Amino acid sequence: MNSQLLIQLLVNGLVVGTLYGVVAMSFVLIYKATQVVNFAQGELLLIGAWVCWALLAKYQIPFYFGMPITLAFMFAFGILVQIIFLRPMIGEPIISVIMVTIALSTVFQAALKWMFGTSPQPFPQIFTSQAVSIGGLQIQTVYVMSLVVSIAMMIGMAWFFRVSKYGLAMRATAFNQQVAQSLGISVKSVFAMAWAISATVSAVAGVVVAVVNGVSSGLSAYGIKVFPAAILGGLDSIGGAVLGGIIIGLLENFAQFIDSEYLHWGNLYEVAPFYVLIIILMIKPYGLFGTKDIERI
Amino acid sequence: MASSNLIPAGDFRSSYAADTTIFPTSTSRNFAILGVALVCFAPLVLTEYWLSILIQIGIFGIAALGLNILVGFTGQISIGHAAFFLLGAFTSAYLSNHLPIPVFFAIPLAGLVTAMVGLVFGLPAARLKGLYLVIATLAAQYILIDFFSRAEWFTGGSVPAMANPFSIFGYVLRGDRQYFYVVLAYVLVSYMLVTNLMRTRDGRALVAVRDHYLSAEIMGINLTKYRTLSFGLAAFFAGIAGALYAHYQLVVSNEGFGIERSILFLAMIIIGGTGSIMGTLMGTAFVVLLPEAMEWLSMELKGGVIDRALQLNTNLTFLREIAIGLIIIAFLVFEPDGLAHRWRQIKAYWKLYPFSH
Repeated sequence: MNSQLLIQLLVNGLVVGTLYGVVAMSFVLIYKATQVVNFAQGELLLIGAWVCWALLAKYQIPFYFGMPITLAFMFAFGILVQIIFLRPMIGEPIISVIMVTIALSTVFQAALKWMFGTSPQPFPQIFTSQAVSIGGLQIQTVYVMSLVVSIAMMIGMAWFFRVSKYGLAMRATAFNQQVAQSLGISVKSVFAMAWAISATVSAVAGVVVAVVNGVSSGLSAYGIKVFPAAILGGLDSIGGAVLGGIIIGLLENFAQFIDSEYLHWGNLYEVAPFYVLIIILMIKPYGLFGTKDIERI
Repeated sequence: MASSNLIPAGDFRSSYAADTTIFPTSTSRNFAILGVALVCFAPLVLTEYWLSILIQIGIFGIAALGLNILVGFTGQISIGHAAFFLLGAFTSAYLSNHLPIPVFFAIPLAGLVTAMVGLVFGLPAARLKGLYLVIATLAAQYILIDFFSRAEWFTGGSVPAMANPFSIFGYVLRGDRQYFYVVLAYVLVSYMLVTNLMRTRDGRALVAVRDHYLSAEIMGINLTKYRTLSFGLAAFFAGIAGALYAHYQLVVSNEGFGIERSILFLAMIIIGGTGSIMGTLMGTAFVVLLPEAMEWLSMELKGGVIDRALQLNTNLTFLREIAIGLIIIAFLVFEPDGLAHRWRQIKAYWKLYPFSH
């Protein structure tokens, strides 16, 4: 039993897990507000990371300017995607909508490879100190930064939905579109806003991951990991998504630990969440916090 | 069936058998037979290149047909089809290599094994709605591909598995020209099977589940049974197609059967027309021919302004993926019934040619 490795991996899992939580949160946001299952969530992450990388590394813009520009870009990008690709699909069967987002993810993925190449790129250095010592454990600064940013985004999201007027409008739309519309909420703009916020939040997560690991197309794997996280928490629960993300992150790293210490199968890290996913679907399909779908005839 | 709109006035069907007939007129039946007979001569006249494209259309057409049963007829959705395709390929290669089973029997057996595995993954989703099946099949895709790269006894691990050539009664078929007839036979049998399935109670039950599952359940259709059945059928045809692919390529490897391939299968049925049997073949032909067309186009543009601006040659794979994605979206938005619908309209146009009404 290598406890040092275990603790290191668990810290790692917590950090990655909160990131999964953030991405799952933005996934659930789109699902709740617009009933669209977004298979292109990982690509939104990737686009954010590449745009920020291009600004910082190619055009030599300092980080504190580059980051707001990236966020503004992603905000506009989210609105555009919703207007161009998803607005025509309103009222279409769910399968068609899912297919549109799957196709979008293919398009984004290929377009990014075309524009930025296939090789991973290191992110420009943002922090100077490499590691801090917390309780005798060496933790990289970027990890601390990542954790702080993730938690800040979660708190920001919670504030937005609890307090702000627009967040309230969004919750109303998610609850019942027709009633919301009759109360004077513009459902159209709520839909666009859901995509914009989701894209922006994903971009922040994307940049954080990029700072830690560099930018590569493998980043979009975070979009796939969203499904285990969101299903575990319940597809329509934002808090559940966050918790699901953290659990999946911890579980991945725990699987990694078991694998490296005892089993030596290799690659368990990547598939473990999917086994969990199948098991959850079998025993508790609406997740830990999701609302059970009751149908009236 | 929308095509029955074209039957002239006064042609009343007086029995159920007449209503569900495959060929409404004897001319349409004769044309179908003639078409098949013409395709039989293809290996004699076509070059190797076109023959290999025809074989690919046939093989992927069978897999897409399975997916169309699931997506088009039952209204479920799967993004793990490529993994089942690959499972069929590995199973058939394994059966014919390691067990004393001739390839002739290994192909249908591989289909059955794949169907069994498909049922295992389909079970959790059978009691749930479309969205959850998508996610379950996503998991299936990753778990299966991971399994293939892990299970060396089954797949050979990092070394591609070898598959024996197709043989029948001790006579070994070699080369595309002879293998073409095997694929053709399988295509004919599977398309006829599915066409007939849709004329039976079970087929209609699948469509009822798609159209309104609550009403279907109230009418006494066992939802779990039919959802699972359609998932098993989809996996079965994927397995058959995979096995055919294995004995066509003679090697099987994980390469190129990731989630992109699953999306390609979905593209085939969306472009062809979900819920249309002949449309499936059209869509498959479209998706198989698209890269060839793009290759040809980039050769034509070589050295030109567009070529230099876009660097076509090095980026062709990405451009192809972008094109596929955009075409899927375009079909979903502008022509949700796919090529099959367009084809019916063209037929209707010529039937009424000089007078449009």
